[in-house]
Amino acid sequence: METAKKTGMTIGSRDELKAYAAKVRAEMAAQKKRVLVCTGPGCLANGAEKILDAFRSHSIEAVGATRTGCHGFCEVGPLVRIEPDDVVYVRVKPEDVAEIVEETLRKGKVVERLVYRDPDTGRTYPKESDIPFYASQTKVALSNCGAINPDDIGEYIARDGYQALARAVLDLSPDEAIEEVLESGLRGRGGGGFPTGRKWMFARQAKGDQKYVVCNADEGDPGAFMDRCIMEGDPHSVLEGLAIAASAIGADRGYIYVRAEYPLAVARMKNAVKQAKECGLLGANIFGSDFSFDVTIKEGAGAFVCGEETALLASIEGKRGMPRPRPPFPANEGLFGKPTIINNVETLATVPAIIRRGPAWFRAIGAESSPGTKTFAVTGQVANTGLVEVPMGATLRDVVFKIGGGVIGGKKFKAAQIGGPSGGCLPEELLDTPLDYDSLKKAGAMVGSGGLVILDEGTCMVEVARFFMHFTQRESCGKCVPCREGTKRMLEIMEKIVAGRATLEDLDTLEQIAWVVKESSLCALGKTAPNPVLTTLKYFRDEYLAHIVDKKCPAGVCTAFKSYVIHPELCKGCGKCRRTCPAEAITGETKHPHVIDAAKCLKCGACVEACAFGAISLE
Amino acid sequence: MTPVEVAQRKFERVNEIIEEHGREQSALIPILQEVQAEYRYLPEEILTYIATAMGLSVATVFGVATFYAQFSLEPKGKYVVRVCDGTACHVRHSMPVYNAIRSKLGLKDGKYTTPDMMFTVETVACLGACGVAPAMVINGEVYGKMTPEAACMIIDTLLNRDGDN
Repeated sequence: METAKKTGMTIGSRDELKAYAAKVRAEMAAQKKRVLVCTGPGCLANGAEKILDAFRSHSIEAVGATRTGCHGFCEVGPLVRIEPDDVVYVRVKPEDVAEIVEETLRKGKVVERLVYRDPDTGRTYPKESDIPFYASQTKVALSNCGAINPDDIGEYIARDGYQALARAVLDLSPDEAIEEVLESGLRGRGGGGFPTGRKWMFARQAKGDQKYVVCNADEGDPGAFMDRCIMEGDPHSVLEGLAIAASAIGADRGYIYVRAEYPLAVARMKNAVKQAKECGLLGANIFGSDFSFDVTIKEGAGAFVCGEETALLASIEGKRGMPRPRPPFPANEGLFGKPTIINNVETLATVPAIIRRGPAWFRAIGAESSPGTKTFAVTGQVANTGLVEVPMGATLRDVVFKIGGGVIGGKKFKAAQIGGPSGGCLPEELLDTPLDYDSLKKAGAMVGSGGLVILDEGTCMVEVARFFMHFTQRESCGKCVPCREGTKRMLEIMEKIVAGRATLEDLDTLEQIAWVVKESSLCALGKTAPNPVLTTLKYFRDEYLAHIVDKKCPAGVCTAFKSYVIHPELCKGCGKCRRTCPAEAITGETKHPHVIDAAKCLKCGACVEACAFGAISLE
Repeated sequence: MTPVEVAQRKFERVNEIIEEHGREQSALIPILQEVQAEYRYLPEEILTYIATAMGLSVATVFGVATFYAQFSLEPKGKYVVRVCDGTACHVRHSMPVYNAIRSKLGLKDGKYTTPDMMFTVETVACLGACGVAPAMVINGEVYGKMTPEAACMIIDTLLNRDGDN
């Protein structure tokens, strides 16, 4: 495995950085073709490493094969792209490699059977940039993801890496750097949407001899994997962004707090830090200036609440990850009581591009109040599962249908769950909502970290709300009463509803508690925990009423409204189910079809397992 | 080795880990992580030992060890099967996969580990492998696009592999 390629040189000035970039570019240009094998989470699980090994077992002159981060189009992975032709092959298997080598790498021909075919139109697309999934995207934070080997700092530098840091350290004063970020209008990509430049300004102005910068890489929202992909695909962009933040606020120490469930991201970030240190881009007197900066990678230990900034700081300090009231804000009293800024992975990965290309360039992308781009993890019942980046303000419809290819299996779209457990469920009527901080907040949801789960007509919205309530209740840290007790009571009511035991009065209580939890919880976990319930109540109230009044689950999901039935034509009357039933709910004579007494049935399912003839089902 | 020697060796390794990370409280979580990687869980006597060695109260160390989902105060099986129940996996039917594995291994009620200490079966909030939902991970290896049948076949493979040894 070719990891941690040593640069074997120190970069002590901008000229040395440029010379090194030119050298790597020349080396890369000497390769007539480059094979880029996606090793994003999806492709990796589908055997991408074996494909890479297969390519490396063929030695062809002037062809390099490398692993890269996520290409984005997870649905049709494992993906292999060949540069400079921009040819992309989908659903590649190790046994396809010999043909790709022979046809494409040796003869320059496209292997038609491995090319992406649009399932609706039947049209084939040999080039990545033509595929509808990619055509409407704008990549800023993900611009290197899938294009470079994440374990090689040289490839990052060859694509103008660390030039923004050079500019921030050598050409700009800290105030000027902050001014550029402020002017760009960049807002926190972790969910809150707080202006990044303002945060930096507060920390710059805070008094203190020791300051810290922290990267929040505790991507805990279920259904979100964009931060994981950035760290695994382009770790140096995060490091560079963090270093720029540090030089702007006057910090000499940084932490990257990565969640424990992402071991590969941890390894790639650690390797990036090691390489940057080796060539002097981290450490003392960076670019010969008086700016020194060191970074430590911290691994989380599995607590969703640690995505909240004060809880995250407590966790770095070795304590239970519990939030504390703000003010004082971390910008004044943060890590170990010192001024600290906490920025999300995607925010930091965007910073180098802003410093390199200027705030005006960034402002020109996206919406007026939310400039730039945002990455979304599009998952669920959607045709094209994947990682996408679009200008802020693109509509939900664009992302779901144009890029996402609509609902899978020709079913009808029902809702988009955006922003994870803190977000909401948006119905079809709101498909034209622009995806920006303010529009989504108005709709009762939030951008969150950017998880976008598409739900089809076969999904029970009440059950989805219960699922999120179950999640937040389990993850509530227990410090403040509204969240600890409120989420528990809300979950109890949700469970009553899906079990068909709730009354209309319960529904009122649910709504009332939801508002109390939202208004009075200590941190964002509690303040946003009721959102999935409140948005489903707002947009899908009829489904709640169907569960409570009509005792029906319109989507046919909730088992409480189903009953086990024995199909007389299949039943042999062996009596096994009768003997297995713990509630003695099954009766019948031997060799005659049996019946289940619905009133006695516990719905445990033991009879289904016992039946050797498949005569019992849930309907 | 006598039981006393075993105990000494146990604490020697813990000492090495503590030495490596230092005695500041900020080192507590990395220390617990490394100790758990060594023993597959956090034995109670070791937690007490760590507290004394780091000059922290036993309550502080237990507080941290019980707060985070990653830490376990009970021994886990040789294979830790974690079925992802993140949103993307949930809506692509992860729970039937989880239930099928549990019922195959005879795990009922509050039990998560098989009596022979071979398997621990848990859910996890999100692995970030939503592209291959529903997903599960066994000792770090990710399996995508699971169905109850496919998951049970993987469990069978592991059972057979160990049966051969």
